[in-house]
Amino acid sequence: MRSREIISILGIVIIAALALWINLAPNQMALGRDVSFRLGLDLQGGIQVLLRATDPDVDREQMEIARGVIERRVNALGVGETLVQVAGNDRLIVELPGVDDPEQAVETLRGTGRLEFIDSQGQYLPSGALIRTTGSPNPVLPEGVEEIQTLDDLGPIFESITDGADLDTSSVQPAFSQGGVTGSRPAVSFAFTGESAQRLAAFTAQNVGQPMCIVLDNVVISCPQINAALRDGSGVIEVNDVTDRDNILNQLKYGALPVPLVVETSRSVTATLGQESVESSIMAGAIGLSLVAIYMLAFYRFPGLLATLALALYVLISFALYRLIPITLTLPGIAGFVLSIGLAVDANVLIFSRLREEYRRGRDIHSALELGFEESWSAIRDSSVSTLITSIVLFIFGNSFGVSIIQGFALTLGLGILLSLFTAVVVTRTLLRLSTPIFRDDRAWIFGIDRTKPAVAKSAAEAI
Amino acid sequence: MLEQLVKRRYWWFVLSLVMILPGLYFLLLHPLLTTGQPRLGLRPSIDFSGGALWEVRFAERAPGELGSSEVGAAFAAAGFENAQVQMSQVDLDGSPIVTALVRTRPLNEQTPLQDRQAVEAALNDQIGTAVIERLESVGPTVSQESTRSAVIAVIGASLIILLYLTWAFRQAPHPFRYGMCAIISMVHDVVIIIGVAAIFSTFNPRFEVDALFLTALLTILSFSVHDTIVVFDRVRENLLARQPDQHFSDLVNHSIVQTLPRSINTQMTTLFTLTALLFFGGETIQNFVLILLIGLVVGTYSSIFNAAQILVVWEYREWKNWFGRGRRDHEKPATA
Repeated sequence: MRSREIISILGIVIIAALALWINLAPNQMALGRDVSFRLGLDLQGGIQVLLRATDPDVDREQMEIARGVIERRVNALGVGETLVQVAGNDRLIVELPGVDDPEQAVETLRGTGRLEFIDSQGQYLPSGALIRTTGSPNPVLPEGVEEIQTLDDLGPIFESITDGADLDTSSVQPAFSQGGVTGSRPAVSFAFTGESAQRLAAFTAQNVGQPMCIVLDNVVISCPQINAALRDGSGVIEVNDVTDRDNILNQLKYGALPVPLVVETSRSVTATLGQESVESSIMAGAIGLSLVAIYMLAFYRFPGLLATLALALYVLISFALYRLIPITLTLPGIAGFVLSIGLAVDANVLIFSRLREEYRRGRDIHSALELGFEESWSAIRDSSVSTLITSIVLFIFGNSFGVSIIQGFALTLGLGILLSLFTAVVVTRTLLRLSTPIFRDDRAWIFGIDRTKPAVAKSAAEAI
Repeated sequence: MLEQLVKRRYWWFVLSLVMILPGLYFLLLHPLLTTGQPRLGLRPSIDFSGGALWEVRFAERAPGELGSSEVGAAFAAAGFENAQVQMSQVDLDGSPIVTALVRTRPLNEQTPLQDRQAVEAALNDQIGTAVIERLESVGPTVSQESTRSAVIAVIGASLIILLYLTWAFRQAPHPFRYGMCAIISMVHDVVIIIGVAAIFSTFNPRFEVDALFLTALLTILSFSVHDTIVVFDRVRENLLARQPDQHFSDLVNHSIVQTLPRSINTQMTTLFTLTALLFFGGETIQNFVLILLIGLVVGTYSSIFNAAQILVVWEYREWKNWFGRGRRDHEKPATA
């Protein structure tokens, strides 16, 4: 046994142990990070939204700022494993796994200011004050303000009369308030729909002469006196100047973003659909792998056994890498993985076919083994490189479909090819070389080859 | 039999033509005959055509009781005219639930929620308790860009593979031919698969050409080249050790026969995994796996019966004799 093989097998054992350790890590923590499987939207359910800037000339910096704002809003949902990514020049991809209420999600994303009317119990609250409402009891606290350390410092929770989600954004328009003591002033018109409109009408009808506070994103805008009931749920918010008006208008319509974003594409997938898919894919993968193992054993005997071992190692390392990198597993991603198993097997089939061929040509088993690896390398290399090229092209162009569909496939396929070069070539060769002491020409049956029978290739060769 | 593989090359070309023609008919001619307009016989999903896809479950209705026109009317009432409705049912905990798959225009970009709420209200109003299980909406610009990216991806990958193969076969005479033949046989596979998709689109109302189909197509493309390379690699190796009196056609035939065990075994193992996926992999990816299955078989076929054979045709420049006399006279030992 040469020292090179010993070093190789040591390396392989260490890698296998490492992969096993990552896969079996207690609490899904290894190397200081979370190594649980990340499931894509199609597998665990959730919502994917593609937001597009309405201004096509938006620059990268603005998109990054918008991404930051959206990310903060998404984090406020507290669903974990979310993704906010700039795609192309003017788009943002947002993935919210585990979210099943698309209305809440889209509203959060667009971050259109949450306009509420609250019952201030007869008080005129100061403009600009941060308050808690029943609609949004836990606002993000400002940093660096001494008096406000906990939510309790904000005072009582005021009853919301309206729900921000019921605001009809198309009705939000610049307006001028008519009459009043101060004359005509800039204002923003609004209209609520559904229950909010009814509640607003009922409240204003009962409390004429009392103040009612207008709150935008938990900040008091103003507390006007109710002059008359807002019967159809619509009205105007008076502001001091045109700048204020534009701010409030944009916030109500588009949210506080550097550029207005619209929802270009949205997908919601239910988790039940996904769970069925995961289980059936795992089942299919296990059955497929077993069939491949049986076939390899029956056809190639001992090398087939080693190839099966290498394949098991391949699966083990793949899973460890998916957990470690991490790679989000999607249905196409799993398909890419299963196909890369096919490629990993192909490399071994190429080698073993060549090995048999060389043996039949009359070489002794050791040199047939070495030649099998040497001569099949160029085919393995060239075919792997071309598949790698395809997966790279897919990865680059898959971007516009939303990350989870095509990029997932390209990533697992590309990674699978690189990994299969290691397991199918390095691991199988090391194992075969290490077992050379048991190879003898009278034990050729363990290779499933028989020198006495003419092979197909040989007869064809003679026919020429 | 096996030594006749190359000699019968024109048989294989005819066979390929037989496989391609039905697909081409359903891709190009069938839509022209049935609709009178020149359009492709493929049903694009909302990924490529834009639009919204709704999956709605009706818990209160018995299967067969609810018609698609009723659902379409509810959608129209909510502002989604011309909705394409497909009724089906899913088994949920043993009891069948009526499900409708509805395709409409995309949601309004400014007010997607109001659109959804309007549909929900109309359905609940006119039909009864309805749950929107899934709602996907793809805007028109993003779908146009997807289509463009898809075309660029296929052409881009082909060109880079062509360049790589020309480089990888630089030791063999005429390295460019290897890349070209690989690409030609790949185009053959792509045409067959798109034809299969056209046939599926015509006969299976649930089949759509979506992003997953594109993934399958690109996989087939890369596997086809993969298979071709394995055969060509052997041709290259045999060329470098060529006897001066060996015919090029015999050399190619010999290379095909030598790689045959590998081609069959790899095909078998891939078929195992894909068949397992087909039967146990869940309904969502069945079309995807079926397309892959057909594509991989076709890909292996074309690497042996097209790519390698075209190499021979090219070597002897047989097209010069296609319309003339003395077709078989030229198979002399090559001097190259």
